[in-house]
Amino acid sequence: MDQNPAFPETQHQSVTFSQGLALDCGQHLPAVTVAYRTYGTLNAEKSNAILICHALTGDQYVAERNPETGKPGWWEYLVGPGKPVDTHKYFVICANVLGGCMGSTGPRSPHPNDSGQPWGTDFPQVTIQDMVRAQKLLVDSFGITRLFAVVGGSMGGMQVLAWATLYPEAVFAAVPVATASYHSAQNIAFHEIGRQAIAADPFFYGGRYWGEGVRPERGLAVARMTAHITYVSEVALTRKFGRKLQHAEGLSALGDQFAVESYLQYQGSSFVQRFDANSYLTITRAMDLFDLAADHHGVLGDAFKGTKTRFLLVSFSSDWLFPTAQSRAIARALNHVAANVSFVEVQSDKGHDAFLLDEPDFHNTLRGFLAGCAEHAGLA
Amino acid sequence: MSRPRKIRVDLKLIADLVAPGSRVLDIGCADGTLIDHLYREKGCDARGIELDMQEVQRAVAHGMPVMQGDADTELVTYPDGAFDYVILSRTLQAVEKPREVLAQMLRIGTHAIVSFPNFGHWTLRLQLLLNGRMPMTAGWNRMWYETPNIHPCTISDFFALCDKDGYIVEDWLAADEEGARTPWRRSRKLANLFGEQGLFLLRKA
Repeated sequence: MDQNPAFPETQHQSVTFSQGLALDCGQHLPAVTVAYRTYGTLNAEKSNAILICHALTGDQYVAERNPETGKPGWWEYLVGPGKPVDTHKYFVICANVLGGCMGSTGPRSPHPNDSGQPWGTDFPQVTIQDMVRAQKLLVDSFGITRLFAVVGGSMGGMQVLAWATLYPEAVFAAVPVATASYHSAQNIAFHEIGRQAIAADPFFYGGRYWGEGVRPERGLAVARMTAHITYVSEVALTRKFGRKLQHAEGLSALGDQFAVESYLQYQGSSFVQRFDANSYLTITRAMDLFDLAADHHGVLGDAFKGTKTRFLLVSFSSDWLFPTAQSRAIARALNHVAANVSFVEVQSDKGHDAFLLDEPDFHNTLRGFLAGCAEHAGLA
Repeated sequence: MSRPRKIRVDLKLIADLVAPGSRVLDIGCADGTLIDHLYREKGCDARGIELDMQEVQRAVAHGMPVMQGDADTELVTYPDGAFDYVILSRTLQAVEKPREVLAQMLRIGTHAIVSFPNFGHWTLRLQLLLNGRMPMTAGWNRMWYETPNIHPCTISDFFALCDKDGYIVEDWLAADEEGARTPWRRSRKLANLFGEQGLFLLRKA
């Protein structure tokens, strides 16, 4: 079949750390590049920095037009001048995750064996914690010893939790949104469908598709379609599409008979233009491996022992991918160690995606939480 | 961030029992007025639990650390001695297991501050005596089949429970509906008859 044209390679703002990075898997990445964007101004005390952590298919373009897709920043509802994360007041940093495909070191980066080939599936299996360690290198490079806040949703929320456990002294306030302390069996199962679809694509070539000049687009599109269903609620799908027909004439088993089908196909095909299949494999697996309690003998509270970080946990009522019960479990674990924790479930029928959408209750809550923390942190 | 707000008289009475700079948990904190007051006026590390999600959002949006949760189920998640004061204001009569909640409060805090509407007030007694129906007053204004106040008690009942479970009453007072102090402070019997609310400061023996 015809391949969609990929977006042209973009030069992303980045910094390379030649000392490399020791990974959880035991391997050592010889050099690590972190692509990032910043917004606002770092104050003289370097005390007003907020790190935003992106989700599975997000990127560093949180509050500006994405140079590849031309779409607005993925969290422009939240980040910008006068927004809840106010760039007039705070210095906002957002980095592409380790293993990603928007300029940070990942499976598309050249293999250090000088073959001139990308890492492909040889790229070491990174963890959420490894992503955070790479971000720490970036934050250190700004001379910032303590972040005022770390904020992120979904996989970004996992990174927030990892920040709060790996570098508790470096995080004044933590906002994990629509997330969990471990990836559930159901979540792993959905990811596995996506990975299998990619692997079954004849253009996958065992992960070496770049050498063949093709990409496993069908597989990646199916992966995205499956994942997309998990991001929305049944109510939202029904409201948007119901049983509306796209093409009323003819009865074919395959094809976009129903409106919801053509919507999903659009989601799939637009995704493959911007995302690398090997990155998708690497990052979904990193999420699957995430289990904070397991790293602390099964006791989640122990991960936060002695923490002075102020937490705000937010969940959305119709999110079945990262349900409220998961956020509440984190809140309770934080109570176990008498941590300072706020916990809010926002009423929304938009499913997991709600964290990215226009949800004023969420935005007001975050704005107020950050204002309260700013007062406690002595930020004017 | 909100400016200091004028707080209700009954909350002021509670705040007066709290030592400056202490760690406080306010159960059923509503929009966090008391927490805000304790932080601003007394330099306390004050946090809250609230059942009603809209109140929780209002509190957090005003910068106060509040989590959504139920006193009956959430208190067990806190460690022993995590707070200097655990406050339960006008809520004891509405929880599922008041005795258990009280025990949890004095496990996780060195002091408990409890206020509740006094079912021994003379108007209630008189209504029951004359009408033979469940009393209806400003404080007890819902029919028996829809009231959230499923465990009403009198000031004398509460003293008896403290004796039974070995809690020391460090301070107590009776107040009227608005929370103003009433003059029957030194007589338990008079307080039980004329006080509309009981307010207690407890610690473990």
